[in-house]
Amino acid sequence: MNAMSESWVAIGKLEDIPRRGARCVKNGDTTIAVFRTADDRVFALEDKCPHRKGPLSQGIVHDGCVTCPLHNWVISLETGRAQGADEGSTATFPAKVEDGRILLSLRSAAEKAA
Amino acid sequence: MTEKLVVIGAGMASGRMLEHLFEAAPDAFDVTLFGAEPRGNYNRIMLSPVLAGEKTFDEIVTHDADWYAANNVTCRFGETVTRVDRKRKVVSSARGELAYDKLVVATGSAPFIIPIAGKDLPGVMAFRDLDDVNAMVETAGKPNAKAVVIGGGLLGLEAAAALRGRGMEVVVLHLMGHLMERQLDPAAGYLLKKELEGRGITIHTEAQTKAVLGEERAEAVLLEDGTVYPADIVVMAVGIRPETRIATDAGLHVERGIVVNDQMVSSDPDILAVGECVEHENICYGLVAPLYDMAKVAAKTLLKQDAAFRPVETATQLKVTGVNLYSAGDFAEAEDREEIVLRDASAGVYKRLVLKENRIMGAVLYGETADGGWFFDMLKKGTDVSEMRDTLIFGQAYQGGGQLDPMAAVAALPDDAEICGCNGVCKSKIVGTINENGLTTLDGVRAHTKASASCGTCTGLVEQLLSLTLGDAYNPAAVTPMCGCTDLGHDDVRRLIKARKLKTIPAVMQELEWKTSCGCAKCRPALNYYLVADWPDEYADDYQSRFINERVHANIQKDGTYSVVPRMWGGVTSAAELRAIADVVDKFNIPTVKVTGGQRIDMLGIEKEDLPAVWADLGKAGFVSGQAYAKGLRTVKTCVGSDWCRFGTQDSTGLGIRIEKFMWGSWTPAKVKMAVSGCPRNCAEATCKDVGVICVDSGFEIHFAGAAGLDIKGTEVLGLVRSEDEALEHIVALVQMYREQGRYLERIYKWAKRIGYDEVRRQIMDDAEKRKAYFERFVFSQKFAQVDPWSERVSGKDKHEFKPMATLSLEAAE
Repeated sequence: MNAMSESWVAIGKLEDIPRRGARCVKNGDTTIAVFRTADDRVFALEDKCPHRKGPLSQGIVHDGCVTCPLHNWVISLETGRAQGADEGSTATFPAKVEDGRILLSLRSAAEKAA
Repeated sequence: MTEKLVVIGAGMASGRMLEHLFEAAPDAFDVTLFGAEPRGNYNRIMLSPVLAGEKTFDEIVTHDADWYAANNVTCRFGETVTRVDRKRKVVSSARGELAYDKLVVATGSAPFIIPIAGKDLPGVMAFRDLDDVNAMVETAGKPNAKAVVIGGGLLGLEAAAALRGRGMEVVVLHLMGHLMERQLDPAAGYLLKKELEGRGITIHTEAQTKAVLGEERAEAVLLEDGTVYPADIVVMAVGIRPETRIATDAGLHVERGIVVNDQMVSSDPDILAVGECVEHENICYGLVAPLYDMAKVAAKTLLKQDAAFRPVETATQLKVTGVNLYSAGDFAEAEDREEIVLRDASAGVYKRLVLKENRIMGAVLYGETADGGWFFDMLKKGTDVSEMRDTLIFGQAYQGGGQLDPMAAVAALPDDAEICGCNGVCKSKIVGTINENGLTTLDGVRAHTKASASCGTCTGLVEQLLSLTLGDAYNPAAVTPMCGCTDLGHDDVRRLIKARKLKTIPAVMQELEWKTSCGCAKCRPALNYYLVADWPDEYADDYQSRFINERVHANIQKDGTYSVVPRMWGGVTSAAELRAIADVVDKFNIPTVKVTGGQRIDMLGIEKEDLPAVWADLGKAGFVSGQAYAKGLRTVKTCVGSDWCRFGTQDSTGLGIRIEKFMWGSWTPAKVKMAVSGCPRNCAEATCKDVGVICVDSGFEIHFAGAAGLDIKGTEVLGLVRSEDEALEHIVALVQMYREQGRYLERIYKWAKRIGYDEVRRQIMDDAEKRKAYFERFVFSQKFAQVDPWSERVSGKDKHEFKPMATLSLEAAE
């Protein structure tokens, strides 16, 4: 597989996720949190805060970020990186919307770079 | 013998004069005060915020009945003085004659009503007193109500913005080419027009009003050019004229106003005049600062002390929330004048200084007005600005090394710099008073110096002085913004939600100019709570703005599993309930079962997907959510009370259950834990709870504002009531008061300390009417709140929360 041919998996419809909300996708042992922002962009992160592994899918989504429900770390949906003074990052997965369907690529950005 | 002083007119000028008089010589005069309005003296400048709903009338009262009583003033409000007989030195009213030794005329001004057809129709009003405000508010409450404001000056625009804020369609008619032409130049007038139009106000300049149309009452306004604007009310705000009828009839020298000398004495040596009815050296004044100067001088004259009124420069600020506008001095163009202009169109900033021979003659600031006081100070003193000419327009912070810290700017102000223009209070007076009296709050400074107590625009400066003087000891909690998304504090946001009837989170963010597109994890849950609390029947709860625990109605644990706590009313359970819990624990392999501190049972380590099934089984046994996760009513702990205990004085268990059944489901700013103990031995530990009851033989002692968490604090006593019914009413009212006033995440003990324990007692114990109103509002909101969230979700609500969106087999990735 090369970077040009991403393999996309349809995981559901855009409306399945509430605006400023998230749903989980289970992939073997990994849980991927798929977020929908107020302006209908979608992002996918591993459902683990870099701090204490809190489930980011349960956090509050605001602008392009999610606030972890355990200790209020703020994680960028785009880069997976902790914002502000906190340091750490979570794996991101490419996600897009086509014809109202959400497509997810299961190769995380980190794997792709490797 | 005490001299008899009669004062005609209970307005701001005479009120201030009496203050000075009683301060200097409390017993010098036997004072009778006549006022045309049937109420005491209030701060007329603040009527605009009252109209906008940002302040209540009570907040702007300056002298109430207690004050007059304490100073032995005989008040004759609502009574008009019809005649002054100067020869016999008596005034006459409908109730007869009254003799005076000294008379002070402070009749103020009357709104100018333009003489057009239809001016007398009902619905045509001025904007002058509380009755006008009430009439406007009443009309604004009707659907699709329309207002036409005639006059685009200070008063007219404040009225227009306030009425628009109340949801009316508003048209402003202005005779001149640009708004506020006496205070603004055309450029600033244009920016102001754009701003107001952006708020949905129609502005018609060069508008010649021809007539008010209507049969029974005002229906529309017709202009000379044929334009017709429909109107339910027509507000005339085109100006004022001194109210001089009584003085003219008495034969005093009256030109435009009652003519006075520098001592505020009229053409009759025993008659003084102060305020807007006065003419001094051919000038009539309408702004508050010179009126207060007159009051000071008149008081001294009455006490036979030397004093002289001198004309002063005045500065103006528009009191429309969100519009920053400042103007002072004279800014007409002329041959020998230069100007410095700074424009930043994208930021909506316009500043213009008019100079003559290196001295500031006038200043107009729009958008950024922080330097207004500094420019005004130099204007009054005639400071030579040639040294700083190049950077003058950028303001004080740019002078001397580019220091931009506003604190440094305040620190750099000279001692005699005027901080409060309305009351003429300078920096050294404020700093001195803070030190002498050990003041630590803004209200303290207001009480002692009057600074920031009139129009309030210098509040920021006064706070900076407090902070400079006290260092870290000053805790300006009131001005801490809610979060990085706004500059407004919680209290302002709560007030504006009510005042502007904001009923959704997007509406709040739009109207209050949030700096982020959809808020953050700090402000959204707070706003969601405020809207739920303020509009229980209209607001649709935004679950995406709730923390996870309140969104899924369970408590998230460190490993992402959840814990579930069903309600056990008053901590009482039964064999059937315990059996149901045991069955659920077995069925779902729940790893830990724990008794909580609130007298109930917690099941920990439940997978999110299992929650609805767990709730379904618990529901069959009659359990509802214990809301152990909520910023809302948690538990009501009880002891066994008179049912079993040999010391019990009342049925504490029964009362606890009754309170819990009445109040469950209500959302509050932070969690609320209660307890009822059956005797003062206090086995239910009621004296460290948010609200507690200690039963005694004679009734129920209600406690509040305890804490046993991060802080430890014993409760305060609210009061003793006789019956269970009364106990319930008082407790519910107290919690409702907290629901309406508390800041999000602020526990009762912090809220009560902030507003004062006595204030809570006064409203809940002493004011039965207020208490009942709080109680009713709580009952109303419970109609929408008492729905068991667990059974809702068992029936399928928010299904998406509890199921993965997709479960992928590993092959799918290939």
